[in-house]
Amino acid sequence: MINPEEIKSHFPIFNREIKGNRLVYLDSAATTQKPVEVVDAIVDYYYNSNSNVHRGIYTISEEATELYDASRENVSHFIGSKDSRQIVFVRNATEALNFLSYTLGRSLTEGDEILLSVMEHHSNIVPWQFLKEKGVRLKFVDIGSDGNLDLEDLKSKISKRTKIVSLTHVSNLLGTINPVKEIGRIAHENGSVFIVDGAQSVPHMPVDVEDIGCDFMAFSGHKMLGPSGIGVLYGKFDLLDSLHPFMGGGEMIREVSLEESTWNDTPLKFEAGTPNIEGAIGLSAAVDFLRGLGMENVRRHEMELVSYVLQKEIESGIKDLVSYGPREVQERGGVYSFNIGEIHPLDLNRKLSVESVETSAVHPHDVAADLDSYGLSIRSGHHCAMPLNNKLGIVASSRASFYIYNSREDVNALFDALKKVQKAFVR
Amino acid sequence: MSDNDMQAEIVLEHYREPHNYGTLENATVSMTESNPVCGDTVNISLLIEDGAVKDVKFVGKGCSISQASASMLTDRIMGKSLEELKEIDEESVIDMIGLKLGPSREKCALLSFNTLQKCIKEYQSSQ
Ligand SMILES: Cc1ncc(COP(=O)(O)O)c(C=O)c1O
Repeated sequence: MINPEEIKSHFPIFNREIKGNRLVYLDSAATTQKPVEVVDAIVDYYYNSNSNVHRGIYTISEEATELYDASRENVSHFIGSKDSRQIVFVRNATEALNFLSYTLGRSLTEGDEILLSVMEHHSNIVPWQFLKEKGVRLKFVDIGSDGNLDLEDLKSKISKRTKIVSLTHVSNLLGTINPVKEIGRIAHENGSVFIVDGAQSVPHMPVDVEDIGCDFMAFSGHKMLGPSGIGVLYGKFDLLDSLHPFMGGGEMIREVSLEESTWNDTPLKFEAGTPNIEGAIGLSAAVDFLRGLGMENVRRHEMELVSYVLQKEIESGIKDLVSYGPREVQERGGVYSFNIGEIHPLDLNRKLSVESVETSAVHPHDVAADLDSYGLSIRSGHHCAMPLNNKLGIVASSRASFYIYNSREDVNALFDALKKVQKAFVR
Repeated sequence: MSDNDMQAEIVLEHYREPHNYGTLENATVSMTESNPVCGDTVNISLLIEDGAVKDVKFVGKGCSISQASASMLTDRIMGKSLEELKEIDEESVIDMIGLKLGPSREKCALLSFNTLQKCIKEYQSSQ
C-alpha cells in the first residue's frame, strides 16, 4: 500500500508554499520531485568519495568506481536485465534514442524503413528523421478512436524493409500502455530490431526487459525520483556489443595511436569522457527508494488515482470538459490530459471571422497559469508530441500526471480549481 | 486587491469583452499571425487614411494574454499616425499588459504586436 502522506515526508519540497497554498505537484510525467534519500546519496558522494572513476589507484577513486559500478548493477536488476554490461549510462531517454539512431543508422541503406507511431514523443521521432538523408523511410502506426495503438495498422505497415520498430511503452499524453511484448514478437518475427521508449513506464510500473524481449530500452533518471542528467540505454548484450561507438574520447578506448584506436569493453566503449558519477549514484538511490515501495504498489496507486480522476471528471459537471486516452485504467498510466473546450488548429484556407473563431474554449495556458495561483503545478501545451496533437485535432491540452506522493486530496484540489477556472475564463 | 490582481482583472476584462472585435469590410490591409506552438491566432484589419489609422479591428483565438493584448493594442493605435506607430516596440507592449509574464507567455503577449508589424510592412510595400 502506498501512503502518499508518509511518502511526502521524504520530499522536502512539499514543505514550501506556492502563493500561499500547499504545493500540489501534478507534473511528474515531465519530471518527478526528489526524496531526501536521493539528494543525500549525491551529497555523501561529493563530501566523502568525490574523484574520477576507472583511473585513480587510490582509496577514494576506487570508492567512486565501486559506487558507479554498483549503480549500474542496481539499475540492471531493477529492469530485469541479467547482465549489468547491458546498461549504458547516458544523459536521458533522448540521448539514448539519438544514440540508437546514430549507431543503428550506420548500417541502414536507401529504402530501409523504420516503424514508429503517431503517439511518440518528439525524442522518438526527430532522431529518426535525421536518417531520411540516407533515403531511409519512416512509417507511423496510427491510433484508434479509443487512444489505443492500432495493431492491425501496425501489421499492415511492417514489411521486409522494416529494419527498426521503435515505440513508446506508455504515451506521455494519452497514458496509453502499449502491448510491447506482443509487438516485440511481431517485430522479431519480421526480423526487425525492437526498441522501447520506457521513459513513462520504468518509473511507474514493474518493467522486465527480458520478459518484454525488447532489444533496446531508453529511459530517464529524472522521471523516476533521480537527478537530471542521467539516463539509461539498455541493450541486449550481443547486439549492443556489435554497435560502433557513439562518441569518441577518454574512458571508451583500450589503445590509441595517432592513426587509430581500439575500443574498451561494452558498456564502457559507449561512455566516452568522465561520466555523470553523481547522477548514477543518485539514480541508484532512487531505484532503492522505488524498490522499497514495490513497483506493483506504485502501479496500483496510480491506477486508483486515475480511476478516481475519471469518476470526478463526470461528477464535476464542468462544461465542455474533454479528456484523452483509454477509459480502461488497466490500459492507462497515471496521466490525465484534458481541455475545457477544444481549440482546433487554424485552417489557413479558412478566413478568420467572428463566426469562425470558437470562443468558448479556455486555452491550456490560462488553465495552467490560473491553477498555479491555487498552488497546483500542471503542464500545458503540446507535450512534445505535436503529431499526436494534430491527430487529435487540437493545438494543445492541459495535463495532470500522478506519482507516489499524490493523493485523492490532490485530485479534489484539481477539480475544485478547474471549476474556478471555468468561471473566470469562459466567455 | 494588490496592484497585480487589479491589473490581472483589467486584462481579463479585455479578454472577456474585447474592444474593437471583428473584421473591417473596407480594410486597407488585413493580416493574420499565429503561434504554431500554442495555436494562438490573431487577425488585424486596418483602415489607413491620410497616413493614420482611421479604424482598426481584430479577431482571434487563444489564451487570455494573446487576446487581451490584441484588444489593448488596437485601443492604443486607434487614430494614431503611422509615424506614431513606430514608437510602439516589444517592451512597451509587455509594459501595457503590466503583468509578470514568463518567457513563453511573452510570446503570447507579442502576437498582436507581430501581426501589426506584418500589416504595416504589407501596407508600405503596397504603396
Ligand atoms: C514518452 C517519453 N519519451 C521520451 C521523453 C524524453 O525524456 P528526456 O527529456 O528526459 O530525454 C519523454 C519526456 O517527456 C517522454 O515522456
